[in-house]
Amino acid sequence: MNEVGHLVVVGASLAGLRAVEAARRTGFAGRITLIGAEDHLPYDRPPLSKAFLEEAGVPIPTFRDEKVLRDELGVRLMLGAPATRLDTDGRAVVVGDRTVAYDAVVLATGASARELPGGRDLAGVHTLRTLDDAVAIRAALDSGARTVVIGAGFIGSEVAAAARRRGLEVVVVEAAATPLVRAVGEPMGEVCAALHRRHGTEMRCGVGVTGLDGAGQVERVLLSDGSALPADLVVVGVGAVPATGWLAGSGLLLDDGVVCDETLFTGVAGVYAAGDVARWHNPMFDRPMRPEHWTSAAEQGAVAARNALEPDAATPYSTVPYFWSDWYGSRIQFVGIPGADEVRVVDGDVRSDGRLVALYREGDRLVGALTLDAPAHVMKYRGLIMRGASWRDGLAFAAERRSGAAARPVSRDLDTDAIVDR
Amino acid sequence: MRIIVDRTRCTGLGMCESVAPDVFEVNDDGELELRTATVPEGRLAEVEQAVACCPNEALRLAP
Repeated sequence: MNEVGHLVVVGASLAGLRAVEAARRTGFAGRITLIGAEDHLPYDRPPLSKAFLEEAGVPIPTFRDEKVLRDELGVRLMLGAPATRLDTDGRAVVVGDRTVAYDAVVLATGASARELPGGRDLAGVHTLRTLDDAVAIRAALDSGARTVVIGAGFIGSEVAAAARRRGLEVVVVEAAATPLVRAVGEPMGEVCAALHRRHGTEMRCGVGVTGLDGAGQVERVLLSDGSALPADLVVVGVGAVPATGWLAGSGLLLDDGVVCDETLFTGVAGVYAAGDVARWHNPMFDRPMRPEHWTSAAEQGAVAARNALEPDAATPYSTVPYFWSDWYGSRIQFVGIPGADEVRVVDGDVRSDGRLVALYREGDRLVGALTLDAPAHVMKYRGLIMRGASWRDGLAFAAERRSGAAARPVSRDLDTDAIVDR
Repeated sequence: MRIIVDRTRCTGLGMCESVAPDVFEVNDDGELELRTATVPEGRLAEVEQAVACCPNEALRLAP
């Protein structure tokens, strides 16, 4: 096996940054080049649809300053232009008219927001994926824009919540009868929709968008039921597609992402993938996945870099996916996969405000858990799922938590304090 | 090694708890509690992993 002298990481967001950091942590002393399409240094995306939008002046969530990247991590930065081609025969990444030879490469180009046809023709219409998108949306919110969000997914919902928090009028338009069905299943999608309604966000479900209207600047969103919504700001949150266009002709297998085995290896010598662009085989659930979650991107970046540097000692990446979303001061957390066989609410009530815990079954296995404002519960279910718990185990644990909660309050607090103070 | 939580950064997401549940635990109010103030014997790698997986970079270890 040839030693890697030059590691190239394509994509300067979370997965790319974690790839670089992991490479150095393993003691890799060779050259590292980090290629990024945007001008910005690597920054964190979750805050862009959350705290960053809630008021003017929230700082840009940059991960590391340039000095740390260059001096401490010894990274050569190539920012501001996207990679345009991968030459797997010649082992080189092409960036416009520049060619960067690699010994090993980690592909971490992420995903791009899906757009509405013709949506870019009017000012005031945005997707939310990049820092520049977030800056533009925040400026519109600062000026009191009447906001229409197209798509009641997590990003759209977070934008709606941020706008409501500022007291702005918000309408969310969703083509499906129930939002988030694919992400969390139908009953929980209803719970999420109810959360919007309780906080004064108008939900228009089961209706399509037929067009956007305005003279230069968007003024109205036209709907399939013949009605129109006045709008100064339209945020399109209709999903993302993996950024694989530049890999056409590379010889890599592309199928809703870069197809990888359980070690994030693409099957082409020296080429690994990580983050939203990677569709990898997750041994935990024995199926291919491309979850588009922060945690997967972070962890895969590190694993892909280590495996790229030492392919003979490659380790699989096996995980119980996890994501969170913050709306109206509530926190939704989901671990696992939304198993199609059954969803059961095991704590709380879907019709009331407070805490809620729902479990997801596939066959006789516990495969997922969704919580609303139940931060003390969610990770315990992640542990159970990780250990391959049965559905019966999951229900038994839930029953134990419920009876524990009834008996618990005072003594438990004292116990915890005693442990912390020791 | 001591475990240090930056309370200004921690939002109680609980990633650390899923890695090392006997060290980290998020309570009903969404606050992270340390079940032990120092890294337990022989568990450094696991706790380091918990520290590294925090999305808010709210955890660190100190001698």
